[in-house]
Amino acid sequence: MYFDSVADALAMGGHGAFVWGAYGISFVIIFFVLLRPIMSIRTLNADIRQEALRKQSAQVAQENAS
Amino acid sequence: MWRIVHQFGSPPWVYRFCDRVIPWLLPITVVALLTGSIWGLLFAPTDYKQGDSYRIIYIHVPAAVVALAGYYVMALAGLVSLVWRVKLADTAMRAAAPIGAAYTAIALITGAIWGKPTWGAWWVWDARITSMLILFFLYVGVIALFEAYENKTVAARACAILSLVGTVNIPIIYKSVDWWYSLHQPASIKFTGSSAIDASMLYPLLGMIISFYALFALLMMLNLKQSLTEEYAQSAWLNKRLTA
Repeated sequence: MYFDSVADALAMGGHGAFVWGAYGISFVIIFFVLLRPIMSIRTLNADIRQEALRKQSAQVAQENAS
Repeated sequence: MWRIVHQFGSPPWVYRFCDRVIPWLLPITVVALLTGSIWGLLFAPTDYKQGDSYRIIYIHVPAAVVALAGYYVMALAGLVSLVWRVKLADTAMRAAAPIGAAYTAIALITGAIWGKPTWGAWWVWDARITSMLILFFLYVGVIALFEAYENKTVAARACAILSLVGTVNIPIIYKSVDWWYSLHQPASIKFTGSSAIDASMLYPLLGMIISFYALFALLMMLNLKQSLTEEYAQSAWLNKRLTA
């Protein structure tokens, strides 16, 4: 490691808030742009599977009725 | 050759491709981003002039570089969608827009944070910074324009035209530090001739640039997969794939 101690690394020669803040904000943005499609795909897939099940059971019910 | 072109226009093929690559690319990208950040933050030497605040470069430059490259991806997809009416191309164009907007936002925010200790101001109306802000508005404009139309075919055409017209901004951003007297420092990495940056700082920077490209590819595939799932929810191939 380039720094002598953890405290030095956190301080960044007096610019700690700027450096760590910049990385923090960037990673928060990256986290959300990654999360958005992943969560959306999950919801959509669940809907598609549920719709398929519903169609299947409707078909079975129709066959039983006839 | 034509078979490959044909495959890229086929939604089931692209969906399957994304589905197969994402589980590999996601962990690789996350590890690469974390490794590059730790390298830049803790192991690279301090800059003799700017001190430790220069470490923001390892986020700022990769985000800016890929924000510009991503614009070409969006504009090229727009061109293909406009000329050949490939539906998948406008899906790709829309997939690129939010990623580009996020990257540009990261470049602008980290730039402002870097500017405060270095120039003494969060924001200056400098040529490089102003043209980057315009890039951000172009990305957001494409997203907003698509939402503004009820008819999605017309919306896609309008977005394609906007992204093509906006391409004029890209060389302006590249050249802004040379054309105008600017606070922003010129590029440190050059493809021809020696770079104005030492190897101990250059390697983590190159590592982060590659990581940001990988993240772009990953997000592109995730957004494509998301759009395809939405568009083809009723299709037989997707239903078969999901319920098997």
